Amino acid sequence: MTRQLRIGLFALSAAGLTALLLWSVAGLPAFGHYHERYGTLLKKVAVSERHTTNVVTATVFDYRGFDTLGEEFILFAAVVGVALLLREVREEGGHARRRDRLVSDPVGLVGIGFCAALLLIGLYVVAHGAITPGGGFQGGVVLAGAFALIYLAGDYRSFRALTPQPAVDFAEGLGAGGYAVIGVVSMVLGSAYLHNFGPFGTAGTLASGGSVPMLNLATAVEVTAAFVLLFTEFLQELPARSGES
Amino acid sequence: MSYLPYALAVWIFVVGLYGVVTSRNFVHLVVCLAVTQSSTYVLLLAIGYVDRGTAPVFADVPTGTRAVDPVVQALTLTDIVVSVTVAALLLALAIQVQRRNGTMNPDELNELRG
Repeated sequence: MTRQLRIGLFALSAAGLTALLLWSVAGLPAFGHYHERYGTLLKKVAVSERHTTNVVTATVFDYRGFDTLGEEFILFAAVVGVALLLREVREEGGHARRRDRLVSDPVGLVGIGFCAALLLIGLYVVAHGAITPGGGFQGGVVLAGAFALIYLAGDYRSFRALTPQPAVDFAEGLGAGGYAVIGVVSMVLGSAYLHNFGPFGTAGTLASGGSVPMLNLATAVEVTAAFVLLFTEFLQELPARSGES
Repeated sequence: MSYLPYALAVWIFVVGLYGVVTSRNFVHLVVCLAVTQSSTYVLLLAIGYVDRGTAPVFADVPTGTRAVDPVVQALTLTDIVVSVTVAALLLALAIQVQRRNGTMNPDELNELRG
């Protein structure tokens, strides 16, 4: 198929698709007038029942906690998939030892400052997941960003030294497995899988929410480790450069 | 006005698809796919919006305050995670294509090779 033909075909079908999509969204409740019972109910009961002031986190880790288990394993499977795909190719290629590029001292210094700040923000976002906007997924990505900054502001060797492969692999498994195990604890205590177990604490404090903060922490560990593993795999693909030292 | 946010989601979806169809580079293609997927975030969040509602976080506002729907926000979070995993896998496949065929242009992969 030539390029022109393909674009022509796309223009035709995109016009049809756009018309159908616009027709379908016209059947939705008007913008700002959504009052679905499930969400309305959660907004009413989450704070009084579970003492979690962030209802989104309560939805993710409590009322729909089983969905999030699937989400955790999607991420886990994707990271394993990337590692398998890239490692196979690497072994075939067998490239030369990579050399580090050099970063100027001011860049490195500012980078270290930002790295510390990012770590702190990430931990804050994770810890307050059940109270204010944030949570394990969001905070985990920020924490992984701090590790990416070690490579950007420093060098590849420091990045690898600070994220030893066995430790990151272990954290990845611990996060995903920990989430599943907390669900089993609910069953041992006599309720359904992943059902929230108390004590719920005082709403608005760090320890509030029963098993929500635990699931939140497990997710944070898994997400951070998953992204660090992805960075490691993709960074190893960078061609070894020479003549820069 | 009341349906404009939904129309915006449709527009982002179609523009992303246009990018995917006309792409000349696999990395660009993955970014276009991410744009297409982001239309679903806009759609979900637009559906859950309640007029003059605040975020469904009752840390410093009383519990009965008018707030937007928390369920679609949780779904958006799942959506983003799926989008990231798809991007990571596709980029890994793009590296494979570059290694095996020496090209990043989808148009140059037309012939089948045994």
